[in-house]
Amino acid sequence: MKYLLLIYHNPGTRQIWEAFSAVQQAEGLAAYAALNEELAASGELIVSEALAEPQLARRVSVQDGRTVSSDGPFAEVKEHLAGIYLVECDSMERAVEIAARIPEATVAQIEVRPVMTYSGLEM
Amino acid sequence: MTATDRAPTGEPRLEDLLRDLAPQVLGTLVRRHGDFDACEDALQEALLAAVDQWPRQGVPRNPKGWLVTVATRRMIEMWRSESARRHREEVAVLAVQPTSAAPTERDSLTLFILCCHPSLSPVSQVALTLRAVGGLTTAEIARALLVPEATMGQRISRAKQTITAAGARFELPPPAELPSRIATVERVLYLIFNEGYVASSGPSLLRVDLSNEAIRLTRQLRAQLPDDTEAAGLLALMLLTDARRQARTGPDGTLVPLAEQDRSLWDADRIAEGGALLTTALTREPIGPYQLQAAIAAVHDEAARAEDTDWTQILGLYGLLETIAPGPMVTLNRIVASAMVNGPQIGLQQLDDAEADHALAVHHRAIAVRAHLLEIAGDREAAERAYRLAARRTLSVPERRYLESRAARA
Repeated sequence: MKYLLLIYHNPGTRQIWEAFSAVQQAEGLAAYAALNEELAASGELIVSEALAEPQLARRVSVQDGRTVSSDGPFAEVKEHLAGIYLVECDSMERAVEIAARIPEATVAQIEVRPVMTYSGLEM
Repeated sequence: MTATDRAPTGEPRLEDLLRDLAPQVLGTLVRRHGDFDACEDALQEALLAAVDQWPRQGVPRNPKGWLVTVATRRMIEMWRSESARRHREEVAVLAVQPTSAAPTERDSLTLFILCCHPSLSPVSQVALTLRAVGGLTTAEIARALLVPEATMGQRISRAKQTITAAGARFELPPPAELPSRIATVERVLYLIFNEGYVASSGPSLLRVDLSNEAIRLTRQLRAQLPDDTEAAGLLALMLLTDARRQARTGPDGTLVPLAEQDRSLWDADRIAEGGALLTTALTREPIGPYQLQAAIAAVHDEAARAEDTDWTQILGLYGLLETIAPGPMVTLNRIVASAMVNGPQIGLQQLDDAEADHALAVHHRAIAVRAHLLEIAGDREAAERAYRLAARRTLSVPERRYLESRAARA
């Protein structure tokens, strides 16, 4: 089963990060490197990416066949997606275990979403 | 190997020949040179060279010997460039520890057990088995399992490093460990089979058929373990399940439930072969979960019409299965059988009891079973609600489409 792990930041997350000492920040980054290494070794990691600031996002829609896009910042957003992991593992329990290892789990929310499959069982 | 595992052409295709030879060549290489990781890489290159050259130059008289020679040459090249880089040619050559010179009949089993090493996660066991025993390329495995090729390449190379670091050797484990290691191999093969159990069409034409691949590999395993009743049971289960493949999906790719399948589309050869295997296996002890599941599949396959199904026998078999290998899915299936024997009200009552005991209540399959039983009981409104809820809860796209169509019909 594949699971998408969504790392959500809120306005306080960056302040907490910035208040960290250089040593604490280095520990956080080392924890990330260790997690990525472990997931690559177990074969469970498909992809992990950090996302740029939401101010750099554009919102796109198509209206009457015309593409309309608008620039950020989008003031109404209380939390934003800051990064993702796509992993393949045995169970939701294992996916939750991986999510808890993401350093931001202590200061932000990680959402674990199962990915739909194309195999199905006879009923 | 029967014709039905093959492409519908008369002669075995080149890929089939290569895939059959792959584990034999790998066994020979590892016996001669040690270093499973390097041998496996060299084999991949030899297979790619064969795919490139054989169609133009013809299949060599001794294809296995050709592959061994090309792979060995490739390994020597790799060692040379590696050692040139590291300036330690002698060390690199000495690090290779051959196990023994002559290949043995157990090589294929040893390879299965090595690829399903307990230090690996199931996703890595599946990938390594498909490549090292199945002889599939990284690209084919990646496409079949719907992950990027780079991810699959990394998964395979890390898996090889992991088993090397865990001290795995190319030899059979001690007798006391053997049964649990074989059970892991069987579980990995069943995982591969179920991965191939896809209902979607279109892009699947470009994909390796994992169900056929699992059947092919399980035949190899069974040939190595003629006295293992569960290896026979697993092969029978796959054949008896795969027999219904053509009937299982409609022209638009939607799932067709067992009760509504066109049984003339079922593969009689598969049913006969699976049935014969099972009959022999069931005369010997011990009787395990694969044999029981195969027996249940056989009872379904024996019924000429859905209404001829011997549900009493199926109920008895699920009762046995629940005793030796309990699990929520077994309980659900036993309840369905019970409803078919004793009526939907009894089934619904048992479902209530089971949901109180297990964490079943939130599972989409439990909701789908409830919907089905409500439909049989004539409570269309409640059935529709349950089908809709199950459709929202499933993780499978084809199952969701099926459940939505049942809701619309209820």
